[in-house]
Amino acid sequence: MIGGLFIYNHKGEVLISRVYRDDIGRNAVDAFRVNVIHARQQVRSPVTNIARTSFFHVKRSNIWLAAVTKQNVNAAMVFEFLYKMCDVMASYFGKISEENIKNNFVLIYELLDEILDFGYPQNSETGALKTFITQQGIKGQFQTKEEQSQITSQVTGQIGWRREGIKYRRNELFLDVLESVNLLMSPQGQVLSAHVSGRVVMKSYLSGMPECKFGMNDKIVIDKAGKGGVTNEAGKSTSGKQSIAIDDCTFNQCVRLSKFDSERSISFIPPDGDYELMRYRTTKDIILPFRVIPLVREVGRTKLEVKVVIKSNFKPSLLAQKIEVRIPTPLNTSGVQVICMKGKAKYKASENAIVWKIKRMAGMKESQISAEIELLPTNDKKKWARPPISMNFEVPFAPSGLKVRYLKVFESKLNYSDHDVVKWVRYIGRSGIYETRC
Amino acid sequence: MEWANQLCENRQFGSKMTDSKYFTTTKKGEIFELKAELNSDKKEKKKEAVKKVIASMTVGKDVSALFPDVVNCMQTDNLELKKLVYLYLMNYAKSQPDMAIMAVNTFVKDCEDANPLIRALAVRTMGCIRVDKITEYLCEPLRKCLKDEDPYVRKTAAVCVAKLHDINAQLVEDQGFLDTLKDLISDSNPMVVANAVAALSEIAESHPNSNLLDLNPQSINKLLTALNECTEWGQIFILDCLANYTPRDDRESQSICERVTPRLSHANSAVVLSAVKVLMKFMEMLPKDLDYYGTLLKKLAPPLVTLLSAEPELQYVALRNINLIVQKRPEILKHEMKVFFVKYNDPIYVKLEKLDIMIRLASQANIAQVLAELKEYATEVDVDFVRKAVRAIGRCAIKVEQSAERCVSTLLDLIQTKVNYVVQEAIVVIKDIFRKYPNKYESVIATLCENLDSLDEPEARAAMIWIVGEYAERIDNADELLESFLEGFHDESTQVQLQLLTAIVKLFLKKPTETQELVQQVLSLATQDSDNPDLRDRGYIYWRLLSTDPVAAKEVVLAEKPLISEETDLIEPTLLEELICHIGTLASVYHKPPSAFVEGSRGVMHKRLPARTGSGESTESPDVGTAAGGSAPEAAPSIIPSQGDLLGDLLNLDMAPPTTTGPPPPNTGMQMGGMDLLGGGLDSLLGGDIGGSPAMGAGFGAAPAVMPASLNAPVGGGLGDLFDLGGGVGMPMGAYIPPKTVWLPAMKAKGLEISGTFARRAGVIQMELILTNKAMSVMTDFAIQFNRNSFGLAPAGPLQVLTPLGPNQTIEVSLPLSTVGPVMKMDPLNNLQVAVKNNIDVFYFSCQYPISMLFVEDGKMERQVFLATWKDIPNDNESQFQIKDCHLNSDAASSKLQGSNIFTIAKRTVEGQDMLYMSIKLSNGIWVLAELRVQAGNPNYTISLKCRAPEVSQCVFQCYEAVLKN
Repeated sequence: MIGGLFIYNHKGEVLISRVYRDDIGRNAVDAFRVNVIHARQQVRSPVTNIARTSFFHVKRSNIWLAAVTKQNVNAAMVFEFLYKMCDVMASYFGKISEENIKNNFVLIYELLDEILDFGYPQNSETGALKTFITQQGIKGQFQTKEEQSQITSQVTGQIGWRREGIKYRRNELFLDVLESVNLLMSPQGQVLSAHVSGRVVMKSYLSGMPECKFGMNDKIVIDKAGKGGVTNEAGKSTSGKQSIAIDDCTFNQCVRLSKFDSERSISFIPPDGDYELMRYRTTKDIILPFRVIPLVREVGRTKLEVKVVIKSNFKPSLLAQKIEVRIPTPLNTSGVQVICMKGKAKYKASENAIVWKIKRMAGMKESQISAEIELLPTNDKKKWARPPISMNFEVPFAPSGLKVRYLKVFESKLNYSDHDVVKWVRYIGRSGIYETRC
Repeated sequence: MEWANQLCENRQFGSKMTDSKYFTTTKKGEIFELKAELNSDKKEKKKEAVKKVIASMTVGKDVSALFPDVVNCMQTDNLELKKLVYLYLMNYAKSQPDMAIMAVNTFVKDCEDANPLIRALAVRTMGCIRVDKITEYLCEPLRKCLKDEDPYVRKTAAVCVAKLHDINAQLVEDQGFLDTLKDLISDSNPMVVANAVAALSEIAESHPNSNLLDLNPQSINKLLTALNECTEWGQIFILDCLANYTPRDDRESQSICERVTPRLSHANSAVVLSAVKVLMKFMEMLPKDLDYYGTLLKKLAPPLVTLLSAEPELQYVALRNINLIVQKRPEILKHEMKVFFVKYNDPIYVKLEKLDIMIRLASQANIAQVLAELKEYATEVDVDFVRKAVRAIGRCAIKVEQSAERCVSTLLDLIQTKVNYVVQEAIVVIKDIFRKYPNKYESVIATLCENLDSLDEPEARAAMIWIVGEYAERIDNADELLESFLEGFHDESTQVQLQLLTAIVKLFLKKPTETQELVQQVLSLATQDSDNPDLRDRGYIYWRLLSTDPVAAKEVVLAEKPLISEETDLIEPTLLEELICHIGTLASVYHKPPSAFVEGSRGVMHKRLPARTGSGESTESPDVGTAAGGSAPEAAPSIIPSQGDLLGDLLNLDMAPPTTTGPPPPNTGMQMGGMDLLGGGLDSLLGGDIGGSPAMGAGFGAAPAVMPASLNAPVGGGLGDLFDLGGGVGMPMGAYIPPKTVWLPAMKAKGLEISGTFARRAGVIQMELILTNKAMSVMTDFAIQFNRNSFGLAPAGPLQVLTPLGPNQTIEVSLPLSTVGPVMKMDPLNNLQVAVKNNIDVFYFSCQYPISMLFVEDGKMERQVFLATWKDIPNDNESQFQIKDCHLNSDAASSKLQGSNIFTIAKRTVEGQDMLYMSIKLSNGIWVLAELRVQAGNPNYTISLKCRAPEVSQCVFQCYEAVLKN
């Protein structure tokens, strides 16, 4: 299991060091600094073995988190834990920075004591942790016996993510379908790979211990219902696009996985506040909101002509926002002249790219940019690698075609019904890695 | 500025307390001040002081001197302060064991506290205090906590047992904690179960033969129930533990799989990977025709793909595991090629791993896409990545035959870029392509040769040299090319030296006339001027081979090479099985068994996949290895061993097969094997001939009596002898073989070109022919016939051209000849008229053979007989000739001649002039006697020949000249 956990600043100075196992000595702290942080070469692997000791590291801004072990640990678990540790710290004190870590080092030690025991990760749900570890010190000495046992049963219990006795005057639910659409397109416009990775993010302000059920236009469910007969008629007529094929999905630990496996229904007792209910991935019938058509011409050895057309491909009534097209330029660029039909375009020498920004663009439109790039003559034999043209945008629909069919709330003990809950649903599609080769 | 900073700091101090200030104190006398503060009456001040101590501890300062003062702060009801003191204790207790005892009371008391959080804190901390004296005091509190009413305390106590076991295993067993721990597996609280499972698994690892985990269907059922209820981490502990279980039969295996599959949808990648591990392992037991087996295979793909949308570090872990899974069960991901396409912004470690998997998944169906991607990658920036991409193109060519042509042209395009490392990498892979598809893509050799000068890496140089040597007959200036490498022979790496040696020997065997000097040069460089034993040994072996039996040398050095296998880089099957049992863990990331990187007893136990058994046989986890080791994977592809076949290696199969990432085979055993092989091989290779063999070069003849004995002696002696021998005479040679000449030009024979020569190898006369089809159509049905000739030469068998000869194809055949055919005197005497037939026509040509090939091996005359015969032959039959410009001394000449069965019977030295008396016997029984006069310093030899059939003298003289001058 994890033998120790260290946090370093960008210089390699130790900010936090917690050793859990006897086989990890103090020299491990230095070994990582010397071999990884101060290494001359770029880091070639997130797992490093130095003298039979393995180091796992992740970086957040310029802070290094390293877990160290001498055993054959579950590597996936170690990384998951490191991410979790970052989440927990972020939820306590915001950004993970040297300043924040130094300011909260006592708190971090307390957390590390609680969520990692002898190198075994323990309950690390912030909801539960915050009931007894706070930035103002540890609650505990002034609590009543009931409160104490409530804490311990929550930390160890089946529903470790939610405490009892939550009350809201107004029961509200916010549901966001956030999708990032990824594309790799050949210069000729052939889709080399495309997928949507989506998340269903919820904010729930519900009283008591509600039981929720979430439904979407999952092809398997719809098809199954179709065989059943009557029920689907209504369902089909309301949802415009019928159903989507979900390649795979993963769920927050509050979702009953065995129930999903057998009935494909998503039921859960939600955590209080913000959480991510599920993630999913689709690859079929994706709506690609934009098409990028590049044209790069080399005029002699010192000039490039670039023309890029973008076309929006969705309902004209919808508006895409925050559109940004990034056209890479060679390293020996000396000057750039740009003309664009819409928005603003600028050559950013420090980023070796022309950045073209458009605030808004409606569906079924097209726009164009052309640029002349002057090059310095070089005797560098190596050809310019022509990185792909990438694009960023935000659209108010789900490119996968996912639709929320229902989100039902049942709380049998308290007297509010599904109808009393105010529900908000929003769809946002963003670009993930949206690239066209040129 | 200074004061401003200070002011700021002071203000900060006053208004808002920030803990970062603890990191800045570096004053002198700090310890002293801290001591005072720790002993302060004020609670706040005490707490501040402890914080400072912890901060100092963190940055690595030694604050152990404060031990008693800090421990004094332990007795407090402030939980935060208590935790800080505990943190300090855990760090320094070991260095201050006597003082640490002071803490025991507090622990014991805290374990009885009303607050479960405090009880748990105490039991958690005391397990971390590794002081023998203390541990004994802790047994009672621990026992109580293991049975505590609060699950939070129990789950902490469960882990504490593992801690205690790490300090004092005997104590834990004596106190019966292991049984209590086992009971906790049935606890009502899922987290207690999970921690108990984790603790037991760890303890069981250090007792491989104990039956600690005692997994049986009942306990498995409990674990599976807890699996649905506990935290994500607990699920990992339980799944990892389940993976050690071996179900009794396929039914149980299926029912466990069914209950584990829902975990594949968990958001935590580690849960998913651990579930994959259990499924991959238990699947082994399911019959393949079972519907469920197929369902399970289908269910595995999506979650594996989903892992690729995790954070990059986890992607890396996932990819390393997918690499294993793809090798074990390629069917799972065969349709998912696209998700492994490299994204421009992927970290380099993700890119490299994806590339690996792309090659593994490449098939005829997706090769076009893969190639297009690889070509794209070959223009990226990262050198390692580009190299790997180029290499991948070569691997695709080898794997998917239909794509080979496209791959080769892609590689040629890349070579045109002239980017140095791209060119070198491309040449290395083209060499492999040549080996996989012989006689197909050699047309590109010219392009390769153009880049000779830019190669500066050993692997690329060696590959290029191999290509030149292998295709020496098609490269006009092969000798020049190789010679150019020879100049800096000693600066080359071993790899290149060995290759150069082999290549030149190959060249020599193919073009013996022009390259004799070159081969002598390289042999002496390798054997005399090199310190490298491998190089020297190989040099000697070639030397001996060439001198003893050039025919055998040809057979050995130019032997047909086995094809290289399609799949490269495969992990050896038993290791793969073990790694599959370690999915998700470090072993699967390193692709090494845990014993390779874990110290001590932990993890040394080798895990194996269960066998596909019916039922009845029950094997528990620890001894699965012995019980079920036999489950061989279906149709394991054969891999060229990386360094296994030493003999093969010596004999020019040495082109390192495409690199393997697998672990090298155990070294010691290998080398031992090598020694044996060398010894035995030499004996059988050379021993037979050495015992006074007439074919033996005279250079070795110096000590013929000693040699057989020493060679039969143990290896060491034999080798030593080898070295001795090398020092002496120049180049021991085999029978003289004239260079091949064109006998039948293509123009005269409707596109069939025949060139050839004659040779005598091991007593058999051979006609060596090269048939080239320069016509547009395929040629078949070859046959050969001789006209009657002076010595009755006739083919001893049919012309062995078994496969049709395609356009532009070339074939080498050797035709054994006999001397029992019809005789007719020809003019010149050694003229031979030949008819060759094929499906097109019959063609005639004539050629002349060197008479030396008719000299038989038993042509050494007794001295007395020689004298008598010499006198007996009339002087009219004597003819004298002059051989001009021959710079050999008499010994060297004698040894050369002996290679062609011209035997020196006696030597006389008269007034600085060596007189050599020699005898020759022709295949038809005619004896020729000769007297060779060699004057030191005079390059002109005089030779007198006496023979009863004086007609042959002219021919014999020509032979002398040819042999001595070549």
